Amino acid sequence: MEQRLGLEASIAIAEVVCRCDVDIVAAYPITPQTHVVEHLSELVADGELDAAFVPVESEHSAMSVCCGTAAVGARTFTSTAAQGLALMHEILFIASALRLPIVMAVANRSLSGPISIWNDHSDVMTERDVGWVQIFAENAQEAADLTIWSFRLAEDRRVSLPVMVNFDGFILTHTIEPMLMPDKEMVQAFLPPWEPLLKLDVDEPISMGPVGIPDIYTETKQVQQHLLTQAYGPIVETLNEFAQHFKRTYKPIETYRSDDAEVLLCTMGALSETAMEVVDRRRKQGQKVGLVRIRLWRPFPFEDLYRAVGNVPVLGVMDRAISFGGPVGPVASEIKAAFYHREQRPKIVEFIAGLGGRDVPLSDFGRMFDSLYTTGETGKIPAPTIIGLRE
Amino acid sequence: MEGMNVFAARLFPKDNRFVSGHRACQGCAEVLAVRLIHQILGRNTMVASATGCMEIISSSYPDTAWSIPWIHVAFENAAAVASGIEAGLQILMKKGRMPKRKINVVGMAGDGGTADIGIQALSGALERGHDMIYICYDNEAYMNTGVQRSSSTPYGASTTTSPAGKISIGQQTWKKNVTMIAAAHNIPYVATASPSYPFDLAEKVRKAAKVKGPAYLHVYSACPTGWRLDPKLAITIGRLAVQTGAFPLYEIENGKLKISVKTPKLRPLQDYTKPQGRFRHLDDATIAEIEKRLFEEYQKLERREGLIF
Repeated sequence: MEQRLGLEASIAIAEVVCRCDVDIVAAYPITPQTHVVEHLSELVADGELDAAFVPVESEHSAMSVCCGTAAVGARTFTSTAAQGLALMHEILFIASALRLPIVMAVANRSLSGPISIWNDHSDVMTERDVGWVQIFAENAQEAADLTIWSFRLAEDRRVSLPVMVNFDGFILTHTIEPMLMPDKEMVQAFLPPWEPLLKLDVDEPISMGPVGIPDIYTETKQVQQHLLTQAYGPIVETLNEFAQHFKRTYKPIETYRSDDAEVLLCTMGALSETAMEVVDRRRKQGQKVGLVRIRLWRPFPFEDLYRAVGNVPVLGVMDRAISFGGPVGPVASEIKAAFYHREQRPKIVEFIAGLGGRDVPLSDFGRMFDSLYTTGETGKIPAPTIIGLRE
Repeated sequence: MEGMNVFAARLFPKDNRFVSGHRACQGCAEVLAVRLIHQILGRNTMVASATGCMEIISSSYPDTAWSIPWIHVAFENAAAVASGIEAGLQILMKKGRMPKRKINVVGMAGDGGTADIGIQALSGALERGHDMIYICYDNEAYMNTGVQRSSSTPYGASTTTSPAGKISIGQQTWKKNVTMIAAAHNIPYVATASPSYPFDLAEKVRKAAKVKGPAYLHVYSACPTGWRLDPKLAITIGRLAVQTGAFPLYEIENGKLKISVKTPKLRPLQDYTKPQGRFRHLDDATIAEIEKRLFEEYQKLERREGLIF
């Protein structure tokens, strides 16, 4: 059974975490994640969620506590953003290397300095290589759905890796949207109790996190790389099962009116919905524009990307972060690398937009599409552009 | 050995959960403390270890010296990981997902992992009141990385980052009192202990395991390699540390302080500093200065004895 409700993505996530019957929530408050953990605390305080809320003294300890709780076989959830995610950085690598199926909702926010509590993707882009499955939501429904799915995937014995659900700060965390909230029975029919393959157990003692001398370190990294790339199969499989169960379909890469498109724009996260509006308007004016929306960021779905882009001659990539002094846009550089060896590859135009909560209005997307057409006509690829920069 | 009580091995449980084959240095008193403590705690124990000597020497994959569940995550978070294990076990038992039983949850770290980089995680775990034992194995410097100073290094000790030189006596700050910092969290049990006093150590471990809530043990861990000490003196030096006031043994049970090994007249500090290369450069005046400070500290302990604080 599902109920139609108006909820913030934050509250929606907390509500589904409750329906997932988690055992532990260990978290430290940080804007714009606060509503998630406040609501979970309330659910624990009211006895609706039979879990321990561990109010840690930092995000570093939040992720460390999560490692301890997951190591004994407790279903574990946490949430953070920006500086908090950066403070966890060290432990994120270890959580994935220990293969602990922790689920974390990241309320994407810009990194200091200057300090900014507002939305972009600089926090998660910095954590690209930590060995977690990373997925992006575009609205409250997706944030909730993907959280449920994350537990199922993380605990799949073929995967047994932590999962990060990214949902944009404020745009989603603090915005009330209509959504379908499944009940506990429906969620638990999809998500069976977790039976860890290995855990800390006094009856069958194991040592976790030993020293990796040069003789074995390389092999452990190879295994990690293999596991995360091979997780693609179970990801698609469990997303399909999710679709059968909840009647909502999610794919590693999604498109919007891309089939006959002359130019495509690649987006990630909540701003994709604004971009869809612009696509509709341009289509009405006769311009065949479309979108490629990256949902699964790690493991990166190369084949899905190639299929989605097809033979389109010009592909724009909108980044929400900057790789300073490097290839500028982290998503764009990834996509360029993905196409480097392909015979058929589009001209790739880089845009940086929406840094630190800067609005990206419809007109900015219009400018991006205009630039893509200009590139198509002149054949000249412009330098990476920061959209909406005040002169 | 002077003043050494008879060590009757048969008074310790035979069930050894930290087994031989590890890579500790000759004469390491820290690894001895680890073994003794886990003989007392027994099989129903889980350990979260910080990065450091004990982690490196005990867990080089595919070997392990631990025959109890053991986890190492990082350097500064042993207390946090242990608190997670405790919270996880409690909730799983409460929800009927595992059988109810008493499991000792131990967080362990060196003095660097406790007094310096791990103090925030430690304070958080103690404040939250987890039913766990935190053990600081204090060898008074970062031995694992090559004898760099920590905030637990004693005044005047020469280390690789507080070297004695033409214009320096070595460490120029006084040893941080982490035991009293732990006590300030109003936890039910706090104690200093030493493998040179095995029965006192065993008693304290038993008490720490018995209390409900956090317990903190600060264990003197002689390091012949880092202290430039003859390995055969590792136990003797621990007793001299107590007798000179360099490392007094006491416990604070429910706020009440008790000195465990009473030393009405402290021995001259020279007896303690002389065998150790790390203090060999100190002149008589500096030794006297340290002696005065240790005497005052010991008097402070005596004044506090029996008081509730």
